[in-house]
Amino acid sequence: MMEPVIKIKGTSGERIFDIVNNIIMTLILIITLYPFLNVLALSFNSSMDSVKGGITIFPRVFTLDNYITIIKFGNIPRAFMISVLRTFFGTTTSLIACSMVAYALSRKNFSFRKILSPFLAITLYVSGGLIPVFLLIRDIKLMNNFLVYILPPMVNAFYIFMIRTYMDNLPEELFESAKMDGANDFAIFYKIMMPLCKPVLATIALFIAVAQWNTWFDTYIYCGSKPELSTLQYELMKILQNAQLTAGDAAVYANQAMAIQTVTPDSIKMAITIITITPILVVYPFLQGYFVEGMTLGAVKG
Amino acid sequence: MKALNILCRKKEYQNKRTWLQKLKDQKYLYVMSLPFVLMVFVFSYIPIWGWSIAFQDYKLGLPFWEQSWVGFKHFITMFQDDKFYTALANTFGMSMMGLLLGFTIPIIFAILINELRHKLFKQTVQTISYLPHFVSWVVVAGIVYKMLSTDSGPINQLIQLFGGEPVQFMAKPELFWGIVVLSDLWKEMGWNTIIFLAAVTAIDPALYEAAKIDGAGRFRRIWHVTLPGISNVIIVLLVLSIGNLMSIGFEKQFQLQNNVVAEKAMVLDLYALVFGIGNRKFGFGAAIGVAKSVLSLILLFTANALFKKQTGKSVM
Repeated sequence: MMEPVIKIKGTSGERIFDIVNNIIMTLILIITLYPFLNVLALSFNSSMDSVKGGITIFPRVFTLDNYITIIKFGNIPRAFMISVLRTFFGTTTSLIACSMVAYALSRKNFSFRKILSPFLAITLYVSGGLIPVFLLIRDIKLMNNFLVYILPPMVNAFYIFMIRTYMDNLPEELFESAKMDGANDFAIFYKIMMPLCKPVLATIALFIAVAQWNTWFDTYIYCGSKPELSTLQYELMKILQNAQLTAGDAAVYANQAMAIQTVTPDSIKMAITIITITPILVVYPFLQGYFVEGMTLGAVKG
Repeated sequence: MKALNILCRKKEYQNKRTWLQKLKDQKYLYVMSLPFVLMVFVFSYIPIWGWSIAFQDYKLGLPFWEQSWVGFKHFITMFQDDKFYTALANTFGMSMMGLLLGFTIPIIFAILINELRHKLFKQTVQTISYLPHFVSWVVVAGIVYKMLSTDSGPINQLIQLFGGEPVQFMAKPELFWGIVVLSDLWKEMGWNTIIFLAAVTAIDPALYEAAKIDGAGRFRRIWHVTLPGISNVIIVLLVLSIGNLMSIGFEKQFQLQNNVVAEKAMVLDLYALVFGIGNRKFGFGAAIGVAKSVLSLILLFTANALFKKQTGKSVM
């Protein structure tokens, strides 16, 4: 007799919990998404209309003028190209470098392995810090040089260890038989190891690519005086920071734009923000699984 | 005697041979790793050597042996500089607030996600809440300024809707720490649940069944099964976060700051950036970096020692 009563009581409590939980989650979704949608709507809304306020997630007076202004007058298209180039070359070279070192580390007979492992691990815990790195980059003439985007972050101990852990879990017989057949280490690495490591390599490629795309600091500190090497993030940063204080670049854009159309600095900022995040938004839903996999992999082993 | 000598020679020769043989066998492994090891040496180890700058009056362009050594001069100047203490307070203030919120809320969020019954909704929540993690701080700062602006920013519109006066959020120094910490929470909250969610899924479902049979409701199951199940992960991450209290970086402060709130935004790294590179006082800037690293190490070892005392295990 008692049992059903308890059960009913339990389920009504559970139901309230579920309802409250769903409401909290929905609120979190709104808080996360609304800012993006608001910026998106503003970037497609006519400047003169945006000034009146009240734009939420849909443009009221649709226009492409904000984007056209950026493409016509700014150095944004060039910065976009530099961002694409650094992301492409940065990711490919870093991936090749890290997986080669990881392969060497995963070979049990490699004499150098015992020294190499701690040599890399130390870099995870100790770093020189801002000033020594700055002086080094200056001394080796990487200032105002495209290579400063590629070389310093190329060999990353954390990624090497992630790939090595993955390689260690593959059956050793695969490589022994290839070795019997006379394949050298490079052939084994390229023909057997790389295809087998696709999942972990995909994850790491994504991590590197996102970091390359999103960083602004190296441009700011090493290439600030060379506009040809400016990246999208850095251009956006300059425009946002200037406009926050006085009228800077964004006003210049707007003034240039006045000739044909009235565009406000604010709308320009919104449009550049959208251009900056679009590549990530486009690839993100398809690749989300890889990110999560990598995150847990790194967390468990690292 | 002679025979022994010859024997030794022979053995030496053999050793040499096997050593050479080995090198030959592994030549590809060396070719594949040594160039990159050299790069690690250049980009990670030489800067560590650069700590010596903190004890010099470093002048650009002079070779190392011609720099003049000044002992602890920079450290003494630093400890007498009020700005250093401001930077220290800002760093600790923001990182403690960040630890408090940025640590507890993802745990609660992970548990709530785990309790969601509708599979598709659960996936949607995860996918969307991870998204801001992949957006740069430049973009996030722009969004934060937009959301908090006094002309048509949504937050101020909400305030006005409820009859309040619009607030100039970004021009109030006393609000800056909170804005940094909340922006960080908005960006990383979802992403930081991943590790806890992974730990939650590793809990044996039989434990939940047993608790259910014993009549434990939702809350009691969370309290008595889920939380103890992930407590190890929580503690390890907590110790590591304490070690990282000093290294909160400067990206968010740099991007979110403006002239009005600069005093509250100056964290140790920014202090080093502004005075070390901006004012070309390289030795002084390096000294700030060294002080920061030493403080971090002390924190990490203290946290680890406390952890060891409690559990008998070490995180590092």
